[in-house]
Amino acid sequence: MTEPLIFEKSRSGRRAFAQAPRETVDTSIPSEFLRDDVPLMPEVSEMQVVRHYTRLSQQNFSIDTQFYPLGSCTMKYNPRACNAVAMLPGFAGRHPLGPVSHGQGFLSCMYDLQEMLKAVTGMMGVSLTPMAGAQGEFAGVAMIRAYHTARGDHERTEIIVPDAAHGTNPATAVMCGCTVRELPTAADGDIDVDALQAIVGPNTAGIMLTNPSTLGVFERRIMEVAEIVHAAGGLLYYDGANLNAILGKVRPGDMGFDVIHMNLHKTFSTPHGGGGPGSGAIGVGERLLPFMPVPIVGKTGEGDDAWYDWLTEKDLPQTIGQLSAFMGNSGVLLRAYVYMRMVGKEGMRRIAEFATLNANYIQARLRAAGFELAYPERRATHEFIVTLKKEAKTLDLTAMDVAKALLDYGYHAPTTYFPLLVPECLLIEPTETETQDILDRFCDAMIAIIESARSGESRHKEAPFSLPVRRLDDVKAARNLDLAYKVPAE
Amino acid sequence: MPFIPHTDDDVRDMLKTIGADSISDLFDEIPGELLIDELVGVPDALSEMEVMRLMRARAEKDGAPLCFIGAGAYEHHIPTAVWDIATRGEFYSSYTPYQAEASQGTLQVIYEYQTMITSLTGLDASNASLYDGASALAEASLMAVRANRKSKSKRILLASGVNATYQKVAAAIAGAQGLVFDRLPLSIENGTTELAALGDAGEAPVAVVIQQPSFFGTLEQMDAITNWAHEQGALVIAIVNPTSLAVLKSPRQWGDAGADIACGEGQPLGVPLSSGGPYFGFLSCKQKFVRQMPGRIVGRTTDLDGKMGYTLTLQAREQHIRRSKATSNICTNQGLMVTAATIYMSLLGAKGLARVAQASHAKTVSLVSALTSIDGVDALFSGAYFHEAAIRLSKPVGPVLQQLSAQNILGGYDLSAHYPELANALLVCATETKTDADIETYADALRQILASQD
Repeated sequence: MTEPLIFEKSRSGRRAFAQAPRETVDTSIPSEFLRDDVPLMPEVSEMQVVRHYTRLSQQNFSIDTQFYPLGSCTMKYNPRACNAVAMLPGFAGRHPLGPVSHGQGFLSCMYDLQEMLKAVTGMMGVSLTPMAGAQGEFAGVAMIRAYHTARGDHERTEIIVPDAAHGTNPATAVMCGCTVRELPTAADGDIDVDALQAIVGPNTAGIMLTNPSTLGVFERRIMEVAEIVHAAGGLLYYDGANLNAILGKVRPGDMGFDVIHMNLHKTFSTPHGGGGPGSGAIGVGERLLPFMPVPIVGKTGEGDDAWYDWLTEKDLPQTIGQLSAFMGNSGVLLRAYVYMRMVGKEGMRRIAEFATLNANYIQARLRAAGFELAYPERRATHEFIVTLKKEAKTLDLTAMDVAKALLDYGYHAPTTYFPLLVPECLLIEPTETETQDILDRFCDAMIAIIESARSGESRHKEAPFSLPVRRLDDVKAARNLDLAYKVPAE
Repeated sequence: MPFIPHTDDDVRDMLKTIGADSISDLFDEIPGELLIDELVGVPDALSEMEVMRLMRARAEKDGAPLCFIGAGAYEHHIPTAVWDIATRGEFYSSYTPYQAEASQGTLQVIYEYQTMITSLTGLDASNASLYDGASALAEASLMAVRANRKSKSKRILLASGVNATYQKVAAAIAGAQGLVFDRLPLSIENGTTELAALGDAGEAPVAVVIQQPSFFGTLEQMDAITNWAHEQGALVIAIVNPTSLAVLKSPRQWGDAGADIACGEGQPLGVPLSSGGPYFGFLSCKQKFVRQMPGRIVGRTTDLDGKMGYTLTLQAREQHIRRSKATSNICTNQGLMVTAATIYMSLLGAKGLARVAQASHAKTVSLVSALTSIDGVDALFSGAYFHEAAIRLSKPVGPVLQQLSAQNILGGYDLSAHYPELANALLVCATETKTDADIETYADALRQILASQD
């Protein structure tokens, strides 16, 4: 069932009166500043609004309703308590510019969160302000640049990025005024260390790595990579997209990384919210401490004498600056804090262990059923890649077809066509919060889809069939742009 | 084991299928010297009950003061239905709508949101949102450089009333690509941009930014500045408060040709103050610049059966396709906040939103009138304002604010701390949430503080 637009339910003169304040007649705003047209918003009752958006919500897949094996996205369960805490009146109602005397509760949570993230990553400083992973990346590369510039090392403008990297890595490097050097991957899925040796040099600002990589394998020669880059005068950036895989087992700081961003909306289970808000806190080693984005929460005194306050550019004169109007996505940070407190020290390790167990289990079952793995000799980390390059040729079954056919089974599609270097790939990440029987049913669905194609069936070319819409015409969407509703002429 | 469902039998069975003896074996590709035995510095787990107890105590510590601070974040009544619906699991726990068929709910919400934003700004197109108002200015500035092909400049000229923090953030984000942000002088009398200074504004900028209402709450001469900017070959970027647009001229109506890009902070549309985030930035533009917009955009199209549906479009601009040549590195929007804002705007409608705007204006007029009736308090600027105004105290602002906060009143934003030329100046704000009694409470407290001898 498609749902009409809210505008199509509007009747002139009908309003949700209870929701608006009483009419005010007085206005001292001169007419030259006032608009004479009425913006297009619906005139609908409260019940119509509730029904409309409830129905729309039902047209979504979500973690609360479906298994979401979306590689590199860590779609784990979002505990309800985290939201309840963030919505407590004392937190939700706090003005960002309110005095610290009316913010000790909030600030103490932020300080504790900084400390816990330092512990988990093995870094020396944490700033919570970046509002998403991509902004965390921006902060990281900007700090690397600021570090070199402060040393008078102005020629270091090249950022090395593996060919398997997330698209935000090269886009970020360019936003920071750097140029991108692409690094090839070796046949075993590790980065090509010889190629790295050949491209580092006096222009190297740093390297951006994800470990485990986006190929779903652990970068085994990471210590060697760190040595090569450091010896050449560059710094190492850790993209935290896959931190869930090593939580409590390995710390990026111990691997030699100088800076890391974490996706709190992945590893620490804050909601994805249909595409945000994210939260991309960063951690740094000693060399980058002076350059962290502000504000940061500082603490003096202990116990009953503890006092929390903002650290600003006065305290960090070399900071790369402020990246949001206030303090990043504070409400998301509170949710992450609550999650970490409920999981605790031992729970962190278990996250990595059971996320890895679940991924290896699906990998083993799919391998046994004849699916081709991109890196069959390697352990899966918390995710792994299946490639359908053979099936695409012999059965006309593409990664896209499998993705869409899975939707009809009630499973969200894995990540498709990423990383770009594996043809017809599905990147599968189950997370630790799924039960074995869901994993089994997902594997059964994957097997049923490939079996159906092997039997000569071609229904998968047109899937999905059971969703509110079928495959959409993306070409038409881009060619005949329709980005906003217009009231039809009478 | 919170949130992990495996039984011991499950684990044994799964390991058998994998062909491993233990879970630790699954980590055997990681060099042994990197593995740690224990996470030092993370406390033991708390139960939900324990965590709720701890967090309630901390939230109560921050209290519920009577707040007259605005300065970019505004307290408005949020109808209960807004977050009741927005936090439904199907919105709260869904991913970016890459799989359009499985995300029609989120996609249609964004399409409705884009419609409402374009109608508020009067412009043709809107994206699916950015992080916040400040980063939206950074992105709008970078967009203007791409869009204004006639200009070779990377100079962005800000009207005097542009939020100083926005300028800092924009410089931090866009500075690396060579953008320079300069500011026009402030008329100390009006609290708006000194129009006489326009003739002497230096190198022709690539874009001129006008914030309306200004950071000081005042209303800029947007027509004159817009026309002047266009004569210089510059694009005009409007920073606007979405609530105010229910009553104030839309950016499309500024000057002869209208602003080219409009952006701002979406928080007033149903998003809690929450210490500064998550909020959302909105961005809207004329049709001819749509391909230069950063961020997600949703379009309406049809499916295989010819049925109407929604999908992410113009993705060729974005980082996951273009990589180093993308319009921005931005990946997410602020989906959940946009969902809340769309529900908020639907509940209020244009007339309800206009009532919020008018009531906020009227309350601020009452507040200014109550405060300026006190000996030692004057209005700082002459001229019109929306729902925020600057006043001058007879004493330094900092200590006065401290004494007010001791009485649980947050008296406003200390302008003198950030604008040395505005000595003893305080920016105050009232919205529809303030009653006459609240205003009186504030005025009484301030009267006593100013009358006391210390």
